[in-house]
Amino acid sequence: MNVDLKVTPDKYLPHRYAGASGDFNPIHIDVDFAKQVGLPSNILHGLYTMAQVARANVNAAGGDPRSLKRLSVQFRGMGFPEEEITVTGSVKEERDGRVIVETQAEQGGKRIIRNAEAELEQSPQ
Amino acid sequence: MAVNAEATGKTYPPVEYEVGKEKIREYAHAVGEDNRVYFDRAAALEAGFRDVVAPPMFAVIYSWGAVALPAVDPDVDLNFAMLVHGGQEFVWGEPVCSGDVISTVASVKDIHEKGGMGFYVFETVSTNQDGAEVVRGTWTNIVRGVS
Repeated sequence: MNVDLKVTPDKYLPHRYAGASGDFNPIHIDVDFAKQVGLPSNILHGLYTMAQVARANVNAAGGDPRSLKRLSVQFRGMGFPEEEITVTGSVKEERDGRVIVETQAEQGGKRIIRNAEAELEQSPQ
Repeated sequence: MAVNAEATGKTYPPVEYEVGKEKIREYAHAVGEDNRVYFDRAAALEAGFRDVVAPPMFAVIYSWGAVALPAVDPDVDLNFAMLVHGGQEFVWGEPVCSGDVISTVASVKDIHEKGGMGFYVFETVSTNQDGAEVVRGTWTNIVRGVS
């Protein structure tokens, strides 16, 4: 199983995610506000980045959403729009027909999600 | 200012969320999903789902209203100005499909202080209209500078 996903959120992605999720915190959608509170720019929603980790792991298991049984992550650092995110992962162990994957997301060489663990079932139902 | 852990164990009333096909589409599009089971009823039925299915992380959409209750509870007293989302876990059960009515109960699982930071851990348990558990979420919020 190979977890490998690259995605570059475009400039307006945080706005679309804000609309979809209802999280309109201005640090995600207002560059001026973000700079006023000391950030270099508006930042990605952490749960958007977690969704990329979920998607990468579901895809690695064959694409069926039922294959993802558990995902735990720690948010570290900040993600930014218009920079490529890379999600990777490797199988740590297999038990009871399930695979435990150690996975992470990085952007510009910095881990923005780390110590993440996905539990996958490759042939659900 | 040390953390006040008295709210640990407090449980909040259930919050209902009715899942709609177009909301699933909007969310799936925003997070870059392209699997037809998230958009197309025929594709979802063919894959064995009851209707268009929600991506796993759609859990944040239907449990958001419930987890907001401890977050704004004066007994918990989260300092939003110093708040960061430190960690998140979901354990999935029955898939969530368009037309489902999801009921989510939030509780305060743990409040503690470590290294000058306050850790506020909330748990949500979401069940569908048939009483089947669809997801269990653990939300770890970190408040900087509590001591």
